[in-house]
Amino acid sequence: MKDNNRLLSRMFKYKECYLLVAPFYIIFSIFVIAPIAIAIFFGFTDFNMLEPPEFIGLSNYLTLFFEDDVFLVAVRNTLIFAVITGPVSYFSCLLFAWLINELPRGLRSVMTFVFYAPSMSGMLYVIWAYIFSGDMYGLLNQILMSFGFVKDPVQWLTNTETMLGCIIIVQIWMSLGTSFLAFIAGLQNVDRSLYEAGAVDGIRNRIQELVYITLPSMGPQLLFSAVMQISAAFSVSSVCMTLAGFPSTDNAALTVATHAYDFGMIRFEMGYACAVTTVLFIAMMAVNKWIQKIISKYADV
Amino acid sequence: MKFKRSKTGPARSTAGDTAVFMILIIVGLFMLLPFVYAIIQSLKPTEEIFAYPPKFFVRNPTFDNYKTLSQLVDSLWIPFGRYFINSAVVTVVGTGANLLFSSMAAFAFAKYNFPGNKWMFSLVVAALLFSGTVTALPQYIIMSGLGLINTLYSLIIPAAATPLGLFLMKNFMVQIPDTVIEAATIDGAGILKIYYRVCMPLVKPAALTLVIFSFQGLWNSTGGSYIYEEAWKLLPTVLNDVASAGIARVGSASAASVLMMLPPCALFIFTQSRIVETMAFSGIKG
Repeated sequence: MKDNNRLLSRMFKYKECYLLVAPFYIIFSIFVIAPIAIAIFFGFTDFNMLEPPEFIGLSNYLTLFFEDDVFLVAVRNTLIFAVITGPVSYFSCLLFAWLINELPRGLRSVMTFVFYAPSMSGMLYVIWAYIFSGDMYGLLNQILMSFGFVKDPVQWLTNTETMLGCIIIVQIWMSLGTSFLAFIAGLQNVDRSLYEAGAVDGIRNRIQELVYITLPSMGPQLLFSAVMQISAAFSVSSVCMTLAGFPSTDNAALTVATHAYDFGMIRFEMGYACAVTTVLFIAMMAVNKWIQKIISKYADV
Repeated sequence: MKFKRSKTGPARSTAGDTAVFMILIIVGLFMLLPFVYAIIQSLKPTEEIFAYPPKFFVRNPTFDNYKTLSQLVDSLWIPFGRYFINSAVVTVVGTGANLLFSSMAAFAFAKYNFPGNKWMFSLVVAALLFSGTVTALPQYIIMSGLGLINTLYSLIIPAAATPLGLFLMKNFMVQIPDTVIEAATIDGAGILKIYYRVCMPLVKPAALTLVIFSFQGLWNSTGGSYIYEEAWKLLPTVLNDVASAGIARVGSASAASVLMMLPPCALFIFTQSRIVETMAFSGIKG
C-alpha cells in the first residue's frame, strides 16, 4: 500500500512527462504495438486470413525448425547478408560522415548531398536492375564485354553465384542513408572545446582525435545507427525481390523476410509467416543487446 | 564564429586533407552514378534508350519524355493537381506532427526518470526491430476498425508517431548536459517550457534530420493498402500507373522519378544549410 502511494506520488511529480509522452505513445500503441502483438499471437495459430485463426501452440515453430528446409536456406542467406552489409555499411557510414565533416563548410554540404543522394528516392535502386541486367542492354555487361573481360553477357541477377553479391552491393549503396545523416548531425554536435583541449593534451593527428575524442562523445549516435543497421541488414526484402525476382533462382536470394512474405502474402499461411517473423525479431533483439553492450563499453551512452 | 578546422585545427596535415578529398571524390562519383543515370535516361529519346550497344551518355538530349509525361498526366480522369495536393498534405502535416510528437516524448524519455520510462522506451526500440510484412494485416484490421480506410488520416496519423523519430531525437537529447536542464529548472521553468525553450534549440541538427527522413518517406509513400478511392490517391501511385503502362513509356517513367526527387532534394539542401548555420552560432556547450 505504501509502495503504491509512493509510486503514485512519483508519477504525480512527473505528470508533465506523461503529458509529453501521451500523444506519441497513444498513436504508437494503436498503430505499431498492437499490430506487432497481434502478429506475434498469430504465430501460435493456423490462420489463412479467411477463416478465424485457430490456436495450435508451438506447431508453427516446430515445423519451422525441423521440417522447413527452405527456411534454413533463408537463414543462411540472411546471415551472410547481415554479417557483410551490417558492419560494412555501419563503418562506411561512420567513415564517410567523418571524412565529410573534415571538409570546409560549403564543400561539406555538397558532399553530404552526394552521399545521401541514393536515399533520396525510395525506388531509385531499380536503376541497378538496368546496370546488372543480364541481356545486351545491361550496362555492366556492356562495359565488361567491350574491354574483353567476358565473352558472353553474365546473368548477374539470375546466376546463383553472383546474385547475392549484387544485392549486397546495392544494399550497401542504399544504406548510406539514415545512419549516415545521424552521424553527420552527431559530428556537428560534438563540443568544439574538446578538440582544443585535446590538442593541448597532445592529440597529434586526426585519427587520434577520432578515436579519443570524437567517437567516445558520439555514443548515442553510434547506438542509434547500430539499431538502424541491424534492422536493415536482417530484414532486407524489397531489394532482393526487385532485383533477383521472386522466387529467385534456387532461392539464392531468399531471406527470412522474403520467406515470411512468401507465406503471408502468396500462400496465405499468415500464422506461419508470423512465426517466421517472430523468430527473426528475437534474433535481431539478441544481436541488438550484444551490440549495445559493446558500444556502451566504448562510449558514453 | 565558424571554426575552420581543416585549416587551423590542431591535428591536421595537408597530405591528410588531400587524401580525404581524393577518397571522397572517387566514392562520391560511385554514389552519384545511378542518380545521374536516372537523369540521363530521362533525357534520352526512345530510340536511344533501346539502342544497342547501350550508351551511358545521351547523344541528343530532349525533353520529350517530360512532355509525354505531362500529356499523360493531363489526360487523367481526375485533375492532376488533386494528387499533388493529397501527397503534399500527407507529407507536410505528417512531418510536422512527427517532429512535434516524437521530440516531446523523446525529451521526457531522455531527461526525466519518470516511472515507466525504461520499459516504455524499450518497447519503442523493439518496434524498430520488428520487420514489416506481417504487421500489414493487423494494421489494416485496426485501420478499418477505426474507419480510416480511404482517408488521408490513415497515412498521417501513423506517421505522426514513428519509433525512428523518437529514437533519433532521444539519442540526441541525452547529450544535453543535465546541468543545463537543472539550471532552467532552478530559474523556475516548467518541463514544457524547458522542452521548447531550452531543449529544442539545442537539438536542431537532429530535428532537421528527422524532418528529412519523414518528408522523404511520406512524399514517396504510395498509400499502401489503405487508399483505394481515386480521389485520395497519392502522387507516386498515379505516376507509377501512368508511367508503367507499356514499354514506350520507359522514358516517361524516368522523367517521373526525376521529378519526384526534386522536392526532397530541395528540402535536403535547405535543411543542410540551416544545420551548418545553427551550429556556427550556438554549439552545445558541455
